[in-house]
Amino acid sequence: MADKLTLDIVTPYGHVFTDEVDEIIASGSEGEFGVLPDHVPFLTTTKIGVLTYKKGSEVGHFFVNQGYAEVGPDKVTILADSAEKSEEIDVERAREAMKRAEERLKKKEEIDEARATSSLQRAVMRTQVAEKHKAR
Amino acid sequence: MATLRDIQNRIKAVQSTQKITKAMKMVAASKLRKVQSRMLDLRPYADKMHDVLISLAGGADRESHPLLAFRPRKTVEVVVVTSDRGLCGAFNTNILKAAQSCIDGYKKDGFEVSISAVGKKARDYFKRRNVPTRNSWTGISGNVSFSNAGDIANDIKENYINETIDEVIVIYNAFKSMVAQTVTTAKLLPLAPLEEGEEESAPESEAADFIYEPSMEAIFDRLIPRNVDIQIYRALLESSAAEEAARMSAMENATQSCDEMVEKLTLQFNKARQASITGELMDIVGGVEALKG
Repeated sequence: MADKLTLDIVTPYGHVFTDEVDEIIASGSEGEFGVLPDHVPFLTTTKIGVLTYKKGSEVGHFFVNQGYAEVGPDKVTILADSAEKSEEIDVERAREAMKRAEERLKKKEEIDEARATSSLQRAVMRTQVAEKHKAR
Repeated sequence: MATLRDIQNRIKAVQSTQKITKAMKMVAASKLRKVQSRMLDLRPYADKMHDVLISLAGGADRESHPLLAFRPRKTVEVVVVTSDRGLCGAFNTNILKAAQSCIDGYKKDGFEVSISAVGKKARDYFKRRNVPTRNSWTGISGNVSFSNAGDIANDIKENYINETIDEVIVIYNAFKSMVAQTVTTAKLLPLAPLEEGEEESAPESEAADFIYEPSMEAIFDRLIPRNVDIQIYRALLESSAAEEAARMSAMENATQSCDEMVEKLTLQFNKARQASITGELMDIVGGVEALKG
């Protein structure tokens, strides 16, 4: 019986995080889900959101872009388009991106609306995750 | 016998060639560093994605996604990844040789072959031999980006779904180390772990017990096309890194050859100089002797 989970966050830009943790809470496309050791095998798409892990008394947050999560009894692998640890998020950049996306959505002229919306979502989520880090 | 001046000119020519090869080596080294780090970053993601998909596909219904479907093979698409520019040793020759034998093999077995040429070298190779290519892409090897890869991948996916092509093979140079590239032939579609069956059987049975959210089909819809993009992107990056590495070692060799050449020519130059001095001395001595008489 496993009493620890290995969390792996992999993106096209490299391995973001690998460590043994106690608990993981991630945003699946159908809603948030929590994973403890000995979870049943589970595969889901994930949406833009926050991933939280607990390791002893340590709590960490990640911004995670769209991707997949593969959950096994002692292993969780997140394959995301991009991911950032909360303290590494560039809040300024996210705010600017948020502004840009909002403007584009307001104008409504010949824009790729889906793209603008998801870029807005990413920006909002990034700032939220960054704030989570500060709040601690 | 070459005159002193001739030899001197040649030495100069070789030295200026050496300057160029040295500079090219340096440029290749810096480009390699850039593309290599991107490639190394992508590798775990691409591998992982492939693993997930293969364990998934093991338990899946083959008909559930058009890109998963097994069809009787009629047309095999061969994607040949080369560079746009030369001066990188046997890099392109190796690929094209492998591609040619692969194509010939399929033709002998009675399959139709369609070719996608990536890179000027591949395009020109098939053009020279009057082999029609279905599509060709150039201007990529120097600046690989995800969107280039997406363009190629979309073309392939479209044709696969339209059933213009029934199997996709990618031939590219994989980056192994700074001095070694390996020609790699990878089957992109249909997704088939079945050939290496024995070892894969364990995760396959596990795959059946997975819980899928929102549903297996929805996951496939996103994962499979994405996997094609990623695998193409990876092939392009590997090839690009391998190209720069090949160019680096080719230029290193050229620089060394220049050194050897200069050494040889300098020796020749000194010999010729000595010979001419000896000749002049003989003349003077001869003249003096004549006056004495």
